[in-house]
This record gives sequence, structure tokens and C-alpha cells, in this order.
Amino acid sequence: MDLALIVLLQIVTSIAMLALISLGLAVIFGMMRVINLAHGEFLMLGAYAAILATGHGVNLWVSMLLVAPVSVAIVGVVVERLIIRRLYGRMIDTMLATWGLSLALIGLVTMILGNTNTGFSAPLGSIAIGGFRMSGYELFLILFTAVLLAVVFVVFRFTRLGLIARGTMQNPDMAAALGIAPSTVYAVTFAVGAALSGLAGALIAPLAGVVPTMGTAYIAKAFITVITGGAAILAGTISASGLLGAVNTLGSFLATPVLGEVALLAAAIVLLRLLPRGITGRFLKGSL
Amino acid sequence: MNAALKTTWGPIALAALAALAVCWFLPATLELFALINATVFVSMAILALSLALVWGYGGILCFGQAAFFGLGGYTYAVAAINFGDTTGAVPLAILVPAGFALLLGYFLFYGRISDVYLGVITLTVTLILFKFINSTASDIWTIGTAPLGGFNGIPMTPPLNFPGDMTAMLMPDQIFVLAVIGLFLCYAIAKLILASHFGRVVVAVKENELRAELLGYDVRLYKLIIFTVGGAMAGLAGMFFANCVFVSPTMFSLSYSGQIIIWVIVGGLGTLVGPVIGCILLQMLTNWAGTLEVIDPNLVLGAILVIAVLLLPKGLLPTITGLIRRGDRS
Amino acid sequence: MQFDRRSLLRTSAIAMGAVAAPAIIHRGAWAQEDVIKVVGIHDASGGLDIYGQPMIATLGFAVEELNAAGGLLGKQVELINYDPQSNIQLYTQFATQAATRDRAAVVHGGITSASREAMRPILKRFQTLYFYNTQYEGGVCDRNIFCLGSGPAQNVTKLVPYVMNKWGKKVYVLAADYNYGQITAKWVKKYVTEGDGEVLADEYFPLDVTDFGPTIRKIQAAKPDIVMSLLVGGAHVSFYRQWAAAGMNKEIPLASTTFGGGNENKLLSPEEGDGIHAAFAYFQELDTPANKAFLERFHAKLGDKAPYLGAELAMMTYHGFNIWAEGVKKAGSVDRMAVTEALESGISYQGPAGTTVVDPKTHHATLDVHIAEVKDQAFEVLESYAQQPPADTQAVCDLSANPNENKQYVVGI
Repeated sequence: MDLALIVLLQIVTSIAMLALISLGLAVIFGMMRVINLAHGEFLMLGAYAAILATGHGVNLWVSMLLVAPVSVAIVGVVVERLIIRRLYGRMIDTMLATWGLSLALIGLVTMILGNTNTGFSAPLGSIAIGGFRMSGYELFLILFTAVLLAVVFVVFRFTRLGLIARGTMQNPDMAAALGIAPSTVYAVTFAVGAALSGLAGALIAPLAGVVPTMGTAYIAKAFITVITGGAAILAGTISASGLLGAVNTLGSFLATPVLGEVALLAAAIVLLRLLPRGITGRFLKGSL
Repeated sequence: MNAALKTTWGPIALAALAALAVCWFLPATLELFALINATVFVSMAILALSLALVWGYGGILCFGQAAFFGLGGYTYAVAAINFGDTTGAVPLAILVPAGFALLLGYFLFYGRISDVYLGVITLTVTLILFKFINSTASDIWTIGTAPLGGFNGIPMTPPLNFPGDMTAMLMPDQIFVLAVIGLFLCYAIAKLILASHFGRVVVAVKENELRAELLGYDVRLYKLIIFTVGGAMAGLAGMFFANCVFVSPTMFSLSYSGQIIIWVIVGGLGTLVGPVIGCILLQMLTNWAGTLEVIDPNLVLGAILVIAVLLLPKGLLPTITGLIRRGDRS
Repeated sequence: MQFDRRSLLRTSAIAMGAVAAPAIIHRGAWAQEDVIKVVGIHDASGGLDIYGQPMIATLGFAVEELNAAGGLLGKQVELINYDPQSNIQLYTQFATQAATRDRAAVVHGGITSASREAMRPILKRFQTLYFYNTQYEGGVCDRNIFCLGSGPAQNVTKLVPYVMNKWGKKVYVLAADYNYGQITAKWVKKYVTEGDGEVLADEYFPLDVTDFGPTIRKIQAAKPDIVMSLLVGGAHVSFYRQWAAAGMNKEIPLASTTFGGGNENKLLSPEEGDGIHAAFAYFQELDTPANKAFLERFHAKLGDKAPYLGAELAMMTYHGFNIWAEGVKKAGSVDRMAVTEALESGISYQGPAGTTVVDPKTHHATLDVHIAEVKDQAFEVLESYAQQPPADTQAVCDLSANPNENKQYVVGI
């Protein structure tokens, strides 16, 4: 019984992690049709921002929840100005340019901070569940991800800002005719996406360790999750990470962590073959 | 048709001359280490050429060209260790990746998957292969007498021998010459394919898939065939690479798949020679950047890619030829 | 149109010629006669740098000490360091470079067994002497290589009975997924079974794995008395973090053949790392006059830049270089065969890690082994075993009888 519960919790943890690392990419892809291949490096920058801030005596929670997203959002604004803006509507070119950016950021951070593993310990201790113990921080991550998704939903669904964003997403020309500058909306969206990525990077840092190349471990997963999810930001992210995260964890338990990852990738391929426009391209159309 | 062929033989003859010059000049002047490096460059150039054909002319953005490269290398190593003679291993190193490309291509094109979704699937397949090969360190992963070795790779990958005579191993300079010949043959084959009726349909499909289909061509089949040819070439590249380094899971890595795309886009999408030049120039650059203490090679490569996309969207070669033509006219 | 194609080809010919350029630039770097070239190949970056950085520091220090004392055979030693960036293919590239371009008298290097197996055939083919100074899984039988780190019959054989005696008989093994982890896990199984214990499960992880969540749950379900870690590299350090975050470090004790080989104990907080047991041929904390004197010199020379040396990898690199130098002095030449024969005459070296004696039949070393426990980010030595022979390799390899042998023996269970 305890075992079943712990397996279930592990599945929920993987789903939350997958959703967390994909959300920033999903926001940018859903709103702007831009695939940001430097997403993994945004995670990495968030993690380093948190480490540097705590190193300078900033409270751990402030560094993770505030310093990391804000600093990566600033990077996002700069990147949008310099690169993304020039390539709107050219999806493949944007992918290549952001890929170049990803390499350049890895190189830059390696030069400045060195190519060494660092990290910090997870706060919050551990919790006993029957005969098992689980990290309190992982439970926090699950709850936090749920709250984060809810906040994104509320902002998009119930605020004026969300209305403008959804309007621009559906029909940029019409939005422009109504006096809204799509370029401003895009810039804000990109910054928000970057902030979400930075936040995610800081939050996974205590579990995964931090190194300039850490992004490469996540970009493929996030990319695959977002594309499998399809265009709807929240419904896509939740459904795809739910499915892929469950497959991954069950594979890891039944066989090895490597086979778990392989199962995740294989599931994504089968899904895309059956639903070439992603899960929300077929179901839950028009949802957020 | 005749006209197209006529304009094709000229470049092929020139390429043959260039290949001859390189084969005659380099082994005599380079020291051993540089020659082995040059062979790596040439094998990479074949890889770049394969994607130049598939992406530049077939319009298929494959994020997983490294999958065929790795398969070619591994097939060669496993077959050569099992046979004890590399004569049969070489064709296998071309056929197995080609067969894999055929299967994957059937799955993709007959499933009408295109665009970014195709990119994701090819990327995912490469990742699966990487993860699989990387976790084959245990003894159970042995094909015949060849252990796959997991993370270790297969350090005892045997070098090529004279066909049929397994005791006569080729020297590094002979392997270099063979690699150059391989590159030339791939170029010539690509040129001839593009000049043929088949090749022009492939380009037509790239230009406008719907129109080609309405004209009665089975778009899926054309894409499948050009994709398979690309896979075969990438396999050959992997075979040469295995000969100068050895096979290990990094051959399937994301960074290889990425580099190939960078070579093609920097060299010039829609040309064959451009990506080959892009590949060799960029490899020289990364090698050089690797010797710098202060600047990280990733930073150089990344910056070049961003600049290339922003400022030279057509790539190096078309931009230069465009400039020359403009200069000529004035 | 016609012209266009021709200009295209012209560019291609230029590019093909350009292949030659980098090589031509490098010409003129032929071996000079007035220095002795030594090449070190250790990862200064990437996931393995936690081991590589201290090894590079001690090798450099050993060379400087030797040069300050007048060098070798009246010549200065020139050390060339290459950084393979934890990339296995760069190892082959640099090994080829060391042998064919630098014409090094000896190559010291390789951290993982994968990198050793990548370089060993190349250095043998190009007849360049090779020193591998790292704790490893044992069994390499090749006259061109000297493996001076401890093997399973020196460390695992001591560690496993010690911890089983202390904690219990049920063991869960976690190992890095390459030859080191695979083979060492077999040795662990052998010693556990010999001690009437039981290996509940063995799991293998590629070097880039950072998510150990499901594994930690599986261990909890299996309820072992001991978790034996053969994990390697920076990414795997996250296992210890996640293990502690789940509170498991208070529940099930950890022993490791690799923990501390780099600076793992410094990366983890005291709460996370305390209590982990390890066995190596050296710990920086060893309380001997020779070690204290060495650390004093080392810190005086490097100051703030002196890295934490951890367990044996960095120190055996220091011993390894000095043993090679002894061999050169005895041979009176840097010639590969002359030095090999000199080393086979039973050379020993007394250094910070105690006495290291080269075993002529196996090219391995007899050395001291210690078991230690992590306390407050440092190792506290619990038990020491003097002069342990490399029995695992001795059982299968005799290079004086079969000098042309070239393979790695693997233990059968």
C-alpha cells in the first residue's frame, strides 16, 4: 500500500517536473509560434542566478522565486529585441538562431563561471509516508507547479492582459487594428516565458545540480513535451506532461531509468504519428 | 534532360580534379596527426553533403542526421570485428543506415508528417538511439563477438584492410585518399541525381508540395527515396569516421546533429559545395577556438550561427557567388 | 548559368586546399632534443573535472619539483597538458597528438576506465609509454601501460567486509554504466557473497543521469542494510543530494569505492555527506609526516589555488610521475623499452601516500590502503592496511612470462 502511494507520488513528481520545465517554452510557442531552443539555457541561467544570489547572502527562497525569474526575464527582453524580433514568422530560422544563442550562452557561462558542477542543498527536510521517506522539497515542487499553472490560467482567462494576449494569439492583425501593438505583446510574452524558464531552472537546481551544459538535458524533453502537447498552452502542457511523465516513471520503476526515458521518447513518437498536430490539435481544441 | 546533364559533367570533372589534387598533395606534405585530422574533416564533409541533399534539395529538415552517421559507424565496427575482414563491413555500413532511413522515412512521409513535427521525431529517434547505445555496457549487449560497450564505445574498431586480404591494413594516408574519393563520389552521385528527371521532381516537391502532387507525382515516394540516399551517405561518413577515431555513443549525440545543420546553413542551403566548405571551415575554426584559453569554442560557434541566420540567411557560398556575379556585371 | 557553376567550383577547390592550412601551421613543432616532453591528459572541464582538476595540479607540481631539483638526466621536463573536456573521443585525439606530434616520452592520464581503454591501444600502436594512475577495476595486462592506482583486491576486498560487519549483510549496488561500474559491481558481488551476504539488486546509470527519484524509491522498497555506490562524475553527485533530501542518509548507510576520488565530500554539505565510508590508497587527511610535509610544500607553492586532493587519484598521479622519473634515472634514458625494463626491476617510491612498489609481473602496484568515513566534509581514517599487493591482476596476468599479452581480464562470477 505504501509502495503504491509512493509510486503514485513519484509519478506526480515527474509530471510536475516535466510541466515545470516545459511551461516557459509552451507559453512562447503557444503565443508566438516561436520555438526557443535556448530554453534549456534560460533554465541554466535561472539556476545560476539563484546560486549567485544565495552566494551573496540573499535568502534562498527570494533567490529562487524572485531573483532568478527577474534576471532571466531581462535576458529574455534583450534576446527578443536583438534576435527574435527580426525573425517573426520564420519558424525554422528562429529555431536555428536560438540554437546558436543556446551554444553561445553555454560558452559564455563556461568562460565566466567555469565548467564545474555546483549546486545547493534542497530545503525543507524530509517527510515520512508510511514506511517510506520522501523529500519535502519534491512535495513543495508539486504544489508549486500546480499553483503556477493555476496562476497562468487565471491571468490568461480573467484579466485584461490575458484577453489582449489571447486576442493577439488568435489574430494579430485584428488586434493591431484595435489599437494593440502586437510587437509589445510579443515582447512581454517572451519576457514572461523567459521568467517562467528562469524560475523553473532555479527550482530544479537543488535536485539536479548546476553546470553550464545542464540545459541540454532538459531542452529535448521540454521541446518534445510542448510539440506533443500542441498549440494550447496549458491544456497541451498538462496533457503531454501527464502522459509522458507517467510513462517515464513507470518505465523507470519496471526497468531502468534509461528505459524510462526511452519509453517517454517512444510514446512521444507514437503520439505524433497518430496526432500530427499534437494532443490539443485534436482534442480540447481552442482551450488555453 | 541533355542540357541539364551537360551542365553537370563540368562541375563533376572539376571536383574530380580537386579531389585528385588533394590526394596527391596532402598525404605527402602533412604529418601523420594532421592527416588523421584531415580524414575526420573529410568524413564530416560527407555528412554535411548528405544533409545538404536531404534538406537543401529535398526540403526535409532532419534533426537526426547523426543517427545514420552513428549507425554507419557502429555497423562497420560490429561487422568488421565479427568478420575479421572489413571488405563486407563497408557495404553493410552503407546499407544498414539506408535501410533504417527507409523505415523511418516510410513512417514519416507516409504518415504525412512534415515541418517542425518531422524535426521533433527525427530528433527523438536520435535521442533514443543515443540513450540505448549509451546503456549497452553490460555483457549481454554483444553482437557476435563484438561487445557494444555502452559509454566506452568500441575502442578496438579495426581499420580498413585491402579488399579480401585481412592482414593488409590500410595506412592512414591510404584511408585519407579513400575518404576523399568517397566524398567525390557522393558529390558526383548527388549532382547526377539532381540533374535527372527524378532529381528535378524532388526539387519541385520542395518548392511546392501541393502543386507537385496535383501534377500526379507521388510526393511521399520522392521524399522517401532522397531521404534514404541521404541516410546511405551519412552511413558512409560514419564508416570513415570510425576509421580515424573509433565508434562511441557521442556519434549519436545532439551536438553532432546540431553541428551538421550549422554547417549546411552557414555554407549555404540549396547548394552542395557550400555545406562542404562550411563544414571544413567551421571545423577548422572550432579546432582553433579549442586551443584558445580565453574564448570558449561554443561561444564562437553559437555566435556564428546567430549571425549567419540574421545576416547571411542564404549562407556563405550563395552570398559570395552573388557578390561575384554583381561585381562581374558592373 | 554556366558561369555561375564554374565560379562555384572554383570556390570549392580553394576550400579543399584549405584543409591543409592548420596542419602546415603546426609544422616545425618537432621534438626538441634539449627537453623531455611529458604529456598529461586529464579532464579540466565537464562532468569529470572534479577528479581532473586536482590530478592536473599534482602532476604540474611533481614536474616543477623535479625541474627545480635539476630535472632528469640533466634536461628539463616540459609538461604539456590537454583537456579532453570529459569527451571520450577527445581522449583518442589527444593521445594520437601526444604520440605522433609531441613525441612524448610518457603520457600520464585518463580518469575513467573508458578513457583508458580509448587511449591504451593508440599509445601501444604508436609505442608511447603510458601511466594510468587511477583507482580502477583491475585486470589490465599490457606491457606498455603501468596502472598504479588501487584495484578491487586492494580496496573493495577491504571495504565490503568492513561495512558488512558494521551494518549488515544485504547490499544494494548503484554503479556508473560503463566498464568500471560493470566490472567493479562483479567484484562487489563476489566479496558480498563470500561474506555470506546478499546483493539485493544492482542498477547502472549513464554518466549524465541526474534524476535518481525512482531509484531511491526502489531502494526504500528493497530495504537493504547497505547501499554501495560505484557512481562516477559530477552528474552523479546529485544522487547523494537527492538521497539526503529524502532523509535516507539517516536510515540506510552508504559505502562507496568512488566517493571522495574528487571533491564530492566538499560539494556536499556536512548533513548530506557525513557517514559515507570509502576505501582508497590515500586520503588528504592521512596523518603521516611525509603527507604533512608534502601538503606544506604544495600549499606554499600553490597558495589559494591549491585544490583539495580528496582520495588517491591526485596523489597517485604524483607518485606515478615520480616512479616514472625513478625509472628514467635508473635506465639513464627516456627510451620506452629501457624505462620499462628499469621499472620491471622492482622500483619503489616513498611518498605522501606511503610506499608504492611496482609489481614487475603485472605493471600494477603494491600500496597501502585505508578505509575512511566522511565527517564534516573531510575524511576520518578508520582503518589502514599496509602494503597490499594487486592480487586481482596478479591472479590472471604475468607479463614476464607473456610479454606480448594485451587484454583486460574480467572477473567471472
